[in-house]
Amino acid sequence: MSADNAEELENRIDEGALTALRGDMVRFAALQLRDAAAAEDAVQEALTAALGAREGYAGRAKLKTWVFGILRNKIIDVLRERIRHPTQSYDDDIGTDDELDDAFNQRGFWRKEERPANWGQPETEFEKGEFWRVFEACLNYLPQNTARVFMMREMLGLETSEICTELSISVSNCWVILHRARMRLRLCLEENWFDGRTPP
Amino acid sequence: MMTCKQATTLMSQAQDRRITFKERIALRMHLMMCSGCTNFNRQMDFIRKAFRRIGGDGE
Repeated sequence: MSADNAEELENRIDEGALTALRGDMVRFAALQLRDAAAAEDAVQEALTAALGAREGYAGRAKLKTWVFGILRNKIIDVLRERIRHPTQSYDDDIGTDDELDDAFNQRGFWRKEERPANWGQPETEFEKGEFWRVFEACLNYLPQNTARVFMMREMLGLETSEICTELSISVSNCWVILHRARMRLRLCLEENWFDGRTPP
Repeated sequence: MMTCKQATTLMSQAQDRRITFKERIALRMHLMMCSGCTNFNRQMDFIRKAFRRIGGDGE
């Protein structure tokens, strides 16, 4: 095999590996952008950038980690652009949230039927495709602005201070929004996944 | 004693900031007596791990 052929083969493998990641990437982007077309665009740009920078990869990290890093930056760009043209103030989501407050009695303790359950060894669920379908449905069920803040924190890994600066909200409001997102997500997972399952 | 409502707020914030020594002690006291909040605390860690998975890390 000539050197050219070897190189070509290597490139083909790279492209194949990237294509295999495409589905995961689209799902990752769609959860955050909540817009299928925008998600496809971001993934396409990330893949193009990844192919162009293939030499820069050099096996320093796992391919998936590296490509998702590129995609993360693309998503941050799209979100920054959207934040510059806001349609609604993020502080609008702040106020009382009766649905979540109902989990506690007047003294501030869990109501018996609302008390979080033992999920056993939940990490074993990661291997089940059906679990991820429920997880994504629960994320999509979050109110839009709450989801935006939560995704910036958990999926993009931004610090709370960066998020509040970007969105012009106070740090304490940011914490309130994140807390509500986690309360809703854990409740949704418990009701729609873990409830029907006996812990091991 | 800290209420469950306060404890859950603090457990969530612990995912976003370094909580103080005093807060950590008060939370630990509460968790020793409260199974609901102990479960909640594990669930917070689990949710963070799930996001890491989606993001292409930790497999």
